[in-house]
Amino acid sequence: MTDQAYPPNLVTDAVPGVRKRHGKEIRFRLLGLSAILASLGFLVFFVASIVITGYGAFVKTVVLVDVDLSQEALGLEAGYTSTDLEDVSYRTVVRGAIRGMFADVSGRSARRELTGLLGAGAEFELKDIVLKNPELVGSQQSFWMTASDDFDLFNKGGAKEETATQLTPQQKDWYRGLLRDGRVKTAFNADFLTASDSRDPELAGVWGAIKGSFFALGICLLLSFTVGVLAAIYLEEFAPKNRWTSFLEVNINNLAAVPSITYGLLGLAIFLGIFGLPRSASLVGGMVLALMTLPTIIISSRVALQAVPPSIREAALGIGASHIQAVFHHVVPLALPGMLTGTIIGMARALGETAPLLMIGMVAFIADAPSSVLDPASALPVQVYLWADSPERAFAEKTAGAILVLLAFLVLMNLAAVILRKRFEKRW
Amino acid sequence: MMKKLNMALAAAALIGAAGTAPALARDEIRIVGSSTVYPFSTVVAERFGKTTAFKTPVVESTGTGGGFKLFCSGAGENTPDISNASRAIKSSEIELCATNGVTEIVEVKVGYDGIVVANAKGANHFEFSTRDLFLALAKDIPDENGNLTPNTAKTWKDINPALPAMKIEVLGPPPTSGTRDAFAELAMESGCKSFAWIKDLKKSDKSKYKAICHSIREDGAYIEAGENDNLIVQKLVANENALGIFGFSFLDQNSDKVQASTINGTEATFDNIADGSYAVSRPLFFYVKKAHVGVISGLEEFVLAFIADEATGEDGYLADRGLIPMSADEHAAQAAKVRNFEPLTH
Repeated sequence: MTDQAYPPNLVTDAVPGVRKRHGKEIRFRLLGLSAILASLGFLVFFVASIVITGYGAFVKTVVLVDVDLSQEALGLEAGYTSTDLEDVSYRTVVRGAIRGMFADVSGRSARRELTGLLGAGAEFELKDIVLKNPELVGSQQSFWMTASDDFDLFNKGGAKEETATQLTPQQKDWYRGLLRDGRVKTAFNADFLTASDSRDPELAGVWGAIKGSFFALGICLLLSFTVGVLAAIYLEEFAPKNRWTSFLEVNINNLAAVPSITYGLLGLAIFLGIFGLPRSASLVGGMVLALMTLPTIIISSRVALQAVPPSIREAALGIGASHIQAVFHHVVPLALPGMLTGTIIGMARALGETAPLLMIGMVAFIADAPSSVLDPASALPVQVYLWADSPERAFAEKTAGAILVLLAFLVLMNLAAVILRKRFEKRW
Repeated sequence: MMKKLNMALAAAALIGAAGTAPALARDEIRIVGSSTVYPFSTVVAERFGKTTAFKTPVVESTGTGGGFKLFCSGAGENTPDISNASRAIKSSEIELCATNGVTEIVEVKVGYDGIVVANAKGANHFEFSTRDLFLALAKDIPDENGNLTPNTAKTWKDINPALPAMKIEVLGPPPTSGTRDAFAELAMESGCKSFAWIKDLKKSDKSKYKAICHSIREDGAYIEAGENDNLIVQKLVANENALGIFGFSFLDQNSDKVQASTINGTEATFDNIADGSYAVSRPLFFYVKKAHVGVISGLEEFVLAFIADEATGEDGYLADRGLIPMSADEHAAQAAKVRNFEPLTH
């Protein structure tokens, strides 16, 4: 029999080809995996370096200071009132207190070095304590007070000789003495979250910037969500499909890619120049950011509307709903999760922008937290930018700390977007 | 429903804001201008806000030129009250101000700033003359006979045998920076003038003189490192061969990481800059609109707080922040002049 159903060498011939194909697949998978690992590696490196530097912003060095709160020391006469308490020169009291702890120090420059151990805000800390607890007057008290930025860095850096060039050897000796007596410790730095910008690193905080960002984003959301969603609904559901609307579509897509500083220039020319709105106000910031976010929201809202199956629309029309009823009762509710996701992502981008704010004067030193949208305000990324540029060494950790706060907000917003999508989005 | 409400709210906010804003009286001082003066201006502003009943002034860092543009855009509440400057106001800027109705400007000198050429601590310590700096960084190099040739120097040894054979690699600010202007004017120009024919050129053809002396080479030996001086310091630490150009206050804060080169035999120290023996130092100013004094609440008090001995005096708190103060006599003379709010005469 010459029965040869298969040529005997068919399988063996095919093996190298199969192997080659499998090899290709494995190589592609490895490449993909290494791409993921590389990007993860960058991310870990970035976050880790920021966390390591930024951790210091959330703790501060405090020193236990013995303060003489007797009436003589405060310069109060018998029968003093609460207004007298406010007028006390707490600067003198604090200086007296710290000098009292090092009685052997004399000479003008040595005394100056000594007062340099405490932060610039020490007098205000003491004032707050005394005004809140007037019964302390007349007693001897010990308070934990914020140390100066150089001292703080020296302490947090493990008191290594080379870390603090701003401190004199004498100051370092004082530090060691205080440490031996258990008068130095690190504490949680609530000021970083509750205080506003300051040129003294130990007093600086992000609260003013958070508030400014919050106001600006609020305005931005109000404007861009309403305008953007309405524009998307009109374009997708009502507008006739002609040359004019496709021209609009191309333009909207282009606008989404325009560099953000352009919107700042626009805001400067129109909102400040023509409308005469106040410079540095978060209202203007929000309006500029809204211009920037609009295209993103329009595009994502249109995509969400397109994803709703036509059958829903047609069924509604079929049972006699008007066009507007079909859209607002049936299509928009189904598209809303997608629209919200797009909005949140647009907002997250707006939160991280500094360039458009530069032009309208929000990149500025603003020490008072804004109380309305018309007050001068900065924003979180602006605060990062300003601190990164400051000569004082201690601002490095504040910069990283502010980045951490900004990242936390971004993660929260993106998480909200993911949850919205997971919970409400329908798939067909 | 919700959306209708939102839109109505947004519209109301817009209309309301646009309608009322111009009528609102501004109750904080607005300051714009130089990024070099910014760290000092903000410190005074913060103290002013804390120790007086007035609001803390808002300080923007726009650069000297950008500051004057805003400052001279007109008089009135929508324009800044003060412009910080790391150089004196130019006559073209005074004219711009005048055409927009800003006629009376008060000049206030704050103190001095030094520009340093530094590298990483532990690396070779350089001793430069301004001529070395010019020969290393100029775009075209003159010879003694009046010819110009493009700068081809690769190492420091090429320009001065006394210097090491290290590659010329200098990180410095971009052309928009006042620090760069001042460096060109003080260091480059002084080195440039060491050629006799160029010195003569200053009288005959000033624009050509400027073009030769102020042009910095663009072949990669001078690297524009942005306006952020902290970044330059970090790059110097990472690269021992590089030198950087930045303000004295950053040297002061980072003296454990970087060392300044001597220029014309003088070290960049606080005292040498203050007494004027260090070549690359410049005065810092701010300019006040006289028309706003008495209109914007606290403006007069702020200016007086700035020129008080406690702030800009020899032992003032700004000296702790890296400002090189004026001598006691000069400070007293300045303060007396400013107290009367004498406007510039031009």
